[in-house]
Amino acid sequence: MSAYILRRLVQALVVLFFITAVCFLLTHYSSDPMAQYANKQGMTEADRQAIRLRLGLDQPLPVQYVSWLTLAFQGNLGNSFFSHQPVLLLISQRLPMTLVLMITSEILIIAVSLVLGIISAVKQYSLTDNIITSFSFIGFSMPIFFIALGLMQVLAVQFKEWGWPYLPTGGDVWDFGDPLALAWHMVLPVTCLIIITVAGYSRFLRSSILEVLGLDYIRTARAKGLEERAVLFKHALRNAALPLITIIGLDIPALLGGALVTESIFAWPGMGRLFWEYAQKGDFPVVNGTLLLTSSAVVFFTIIVDVAYTLIDPRIRLN
Amino acid sequence: MTTDALPALPDSNTSEPIAAPLSPRQLIWRRFRKHRMALIGAIGIGLLLVFIIVGSMIVPEPATRDGNLRARLLAPTAGHWFGTDTNGYDVFNRIIYGGQISLAIGVLAVVMEITLGTVLGGIAAFYGGWLDALIMRFTEAMLAIPQLFLLIVLAKFLGHDLPDINILGRTFSGSVGIVVIVIGGTSWMYLARIVRANMLSLREMEYIYAAKALGASDRRIFLNHLVPNTLGIIIVSATLGLAGAILSEAYVSFLGLGVQSSTPTWGNMMDQAQSFMVQGVWWLWFFPSLFIVFTILCINLVGDGLRDALDPRSGRHL
Repeated sequence: MSAYILRRLVQALVVLFFITAVCFLLTHYSSDPMAQYANKQGMTEADRQAIRLRLGLDQPLPVQYVSWLTLAFQGNLGNSFFSHQPVLLLISQRLPMTLVLMITSEILIIAVSLVLGIISAVKQYSLTDNIITSFSFIGFSMPIFFIALGLMQVLAVQFKEWGWPYLPTGGDVWDFGDPLALAWHMVLPVTCLIIITVAGYSRFLRSSILEVLGLDYIRTARAKGLEERAVLFKHALRNAALPLITIIGLDIPALLGGALVTESIFAWPGMGRLFWEYAQKGDFPVVNGTLLLTSSAVVFFTIIVDVAYTLIDPRIRLN
Repeated sequence: MTTDALPALPDSNTSEPIAAPLSPRQLIWRRFRKHRMALIGAIGIGLLLVFIIVGSMIVPEPATRDGNLRARLLAPTAGHWFGTDTNGYDVFNRIIYGGQISLAIGVLAVVMEITLGTVLGGIAAFYGGWLDALIMRFTEAMLAIPQLFLLIVLAKFLGHDLPDINILGRTFSGSVGIVVIVIGGTSWMYLARIVRANMLSLREMEYIYAAKALGASDRRIFLNHLVPNTLGIIIVSATLGLAGAILSEAYVSFLGLGVQSSTPTWGNMMDQAQSFMVQGVWWLWFFPSLFIVFTILCINLVGDGLRDALDPRSGRHL
């Protein structure tokens, strides 16, 4: 077991090296942070050179990369080019907002998918199943901005026009510390995330349950006279939900990066929007820091999920 | 319920007792045909193709750029079925031509995805050793970065001004090529892994040993034996990848990093939609989105049917 974990960790280091190299190379060439100074009044070429020197942009690329990597290993992701704040500070300001949004959504997503998946599997080919299946196909084929703009159009714009109680569009200013305002502003983004994600999860759970229900031990459980309810919840669901755990486990670290589109549509001050705002400005310390943090989380969560899986399911052997 | 989940018996037992055995291709077609949703999806795609092809014969291409600012943001009427956009251009006309570009971007990006995925996955499986390790670590690295983040970074990386492209007497913004590369370059990873896993198991089969013993070259074994036997998986991935690519185009364009607006696509028709929403302008995002959802839904249905048809074990889910 420990040899396996060690081997995985070594592999993870190689993966992380690739990630940093890819991110650094792409972000470096993708935008010019000096562009904002190009037409500034009263700024001479010497001033620009001084800024370049201060930001370390005069160095050759490999030197910049190595110095950035060395600092990153020491837990210093550098300062933002524009706001001059440490990247880690910016991230730590945004991360809680993303976590609030994502954890709430994920809990509701799991609950709704479990209910829909179970109903759809137990009543296979019934009208309910067909309706759930149709909706999950549509949900699965939908870009999130479609549902986001649609809900916003109806529940925020139209309701306001009709003089009904309406939901916020995200354009307004509000106090993040006020739990009521927070919950109120979360309604739309959370609903969108649920609709989009539940489609895939419930569909997956349905086929997983159906597969398990066809196995011999379920027949045995029925043959010995167990109630259908006990067969389903005590026997079938335990095995059927296992693969879902992997999927959720792998989705969670990606959630740290936030739902970029959802966050930008609803002006949610989370990680996704942080990335998007600073990527547009070409602030690559922030972009690289966000990418590095999110992808490292993915890499390490994959290992944790694989190891945890063997603890939950003794049939799996690591090799 | 139990009987539903049990493997169904081959239907040839009941219908054609002494008929000649079906070829694999006939069997696949028969299974696909029985998948009603997949047929609906295929019909939907057919209708869509008719719409964008016949549509472009009726509506001339300059009509997508024909309008003036006084007629901007008009709600749908008899004259403008889907309303007009921020430049006063007709949304319906742009949907026709935008559809052509969106589908073309999807197909080209999938071609790139398939090529990259098959070649990288194939090389990793075929040569093994350090090359395999290197390719797979790189694949994992690309997978670890959330795809939308990667799309944005790559789109900005490549997003410099490019000269226009002239094909078939029409002018396209050079950014079409960039979007294709961005999408193709960020979506090959799953396919590479699947191809590798499949080829690894194929490599150990006896007919490959036989081919080697007969002195077949690496190239011949790869192209004549390994690739054809992986084709089923590749076709399914390509179909589902097409849906993903069209969706990616929509996301990248929605964020304003896609094709420049001189060449309409379903995605870039929406990039200003949100700013005008509060004024009650809904047709800017609604119609392009609707076409995107319809297209992706149909493609996914076909892909699902193909997966069931090509995978003999999935017969019971029909």
